[in-house]
Amino acid sequence: MTERPLLELRAVEGGYGQVQVLRGVDVTVEEGKVVVILGANGAGKTTTLRAICGMVKAHGELRFDGQSLVGKPTQAIARMGIAHVPQGRGTFADLTVEDNLRLGATARRDNGIEADLARWYDAFPRLRDRRKQTAGSMSGGEQQMLALARAMMARPRLLLLDEPSLGLAPLVTRELFARLGELNTEEGLTVVVVEQNANLALDIGHWGYVLETGRIAVQGSAAELRENEAVRQAYLGF
Amino acid sequence: MQLFISQLLNGIGNGVVYASVALALVLIYKSTGILNFAQGEMALFATYLTWKFTEGDIPVVAAIALSAGIAFVAGALIERILIRPVESAHNPLNVVIVTLGMFLAINSLALLAFGTDPQKVPNVFPTDSFHIGDTNIQKETLGLIAVLIGECLLLWLLLQKTKVGLRLRAVASNPDSSRLVGINTGVMLMLGWGLAAALGAVAGSLVASTDTAFDASFMQIILVYAFAAAALGGFDSLVGAVVGGLVVGVADALAVEYVDALDGIPVVLPLALILVVLLVRPNGLFGSRTVERV
Repeated sequence: MTERPLLELRAVEGGYGQVQVLRGVDVTVEEGKVVVILGANGAGKTTTLRAICGMVKAHGELRFDGQSLVGKPTQAIARMGIAHVPQGRGTFADLTVEDNLRLGATARRDNGIEADLARWYDAFPRLRDRRKQTAGSMSGGEQQMLALARAMMARPRLLLLDEPSLGLAPLVTRELFARLGELNTEEGLTVVVVEQNANLALDIGHWGYVLETGRIAVQGSAAELRENEAVRQAYLGF
Repeated sequence: MQLFISQLLNGIGNGVVYASVALALVLIYKSTGILNFAQGEMALFATYLTWKFTEGDIPVVAAIALSAGIAFVAGALIERILIRPVESAHNPLNVVIVTLGMFLAINSLALLAFGTDPQKVPNVFPTDSFHIGDTNIQKETLGLIAVLIGECLLLWLLLQKTKVGLRLRAVASNPDSSRLVGINTGVMLMLGWGLAAALGAVAGSLVASTDTAFDASFMQIILVYAFAAAALGGFDSLVGAVVGGLVVGVADALAVEYVDALDGIPVVLPLALILVVLLVRPNGLFGSRTVERV
């Protein structure tokens, strides 16, 4: 029995205005897995995530839980259960930490929001300490934790993370990936993560793709990618 | 001293009006990043509606509520139909040109629809005054202040205590992230424009009711003062708009009384104030500096 993948991209093309970035991207994300997307700058990693969220115009087949995402506005896609932590974290800088977290739950109609708020404060005590502060006053690492907690406030079925380690100290990056790994193993959260820090990402990843000039050049399990000579040289540095 | 206090009160009375219109300007600036040059004329049209309703024997307070409601819908529609299609990240001037066009168009429309004769909106507040010591206090001034306090309170409750308010603030802070958490930013922008238009309608109608008569040009000078108030407060601060409005109103009233050189050319003061603020403190008193952190 083959299960339907949670997210499926087939021959996806897209870009900005006249500039085509994606030239036929195929990505499959099974429920409960962590999928890593590697690639050089400009290969189309961020654009792939933005195409999923409807932030760039995309053609081809994009399906989430069997439903097409093509042509849907970003807010509708978010409401389907896809949470996206964009590059640069996308916090609401001049709003308080607590407002940021509550906004994460915008699409929810259930009454578990307060309980979830307490839960993420427990998970990230620094956020509780700073809940009345504006998000922009916090350090990069704290903001990344906030961005992750905000995304989780939506109780997403799929979490998209764009370069979460960007600008973070190595120790903070390590903690972040440890948290992500926990969320995946303990709660079965499905994650697609675009990352330059291939080592850390493949540690928690099940499957990986390497994007080159808008196409998938290599794919395989995390272990296979580690063994791949080209991937090792380009992204793992040994 | 007595003259000083009565001028001070006059200034506060005017300042309250500038503050209301500045609030409307800031509301739109915060959510869309544009200055709505048509804010005054939108208020003018609504004021004419208020007058028309009172001519039809609707009590003045109900007439103002009615035209504020119509202004709310019209403001939302203007955002959707006239502003959003021309909005472009690459060319922010597009929207400015459209609001300037609206300035002229709405003014002409008002003249066409309501004629050129000066009209009178019935008084909302009692026109008499009372004395505290030697000082003469107009009840109208107190009424205007009460309305401004009420408006501020409602706005504060809406923005700080409701889910819709949180979403409005989110869109003002980061439109992209707002969409990513599932907020329909378009609806929020329409709401912002609608609220601003309704605020303007109330301000315009109240000014017209305290004046002996109004015509199609009466909002233009008020708009200049409101711009000065918003600039002083820092264009993205609602608190700043209120403080700026009061400061501009009082400064103007005192200057007219005590600075002979300004006799007969009152609008010089707000213009000079705009210039000084932009030169000395471009973010105004309460405006936020754009801070980027990586």
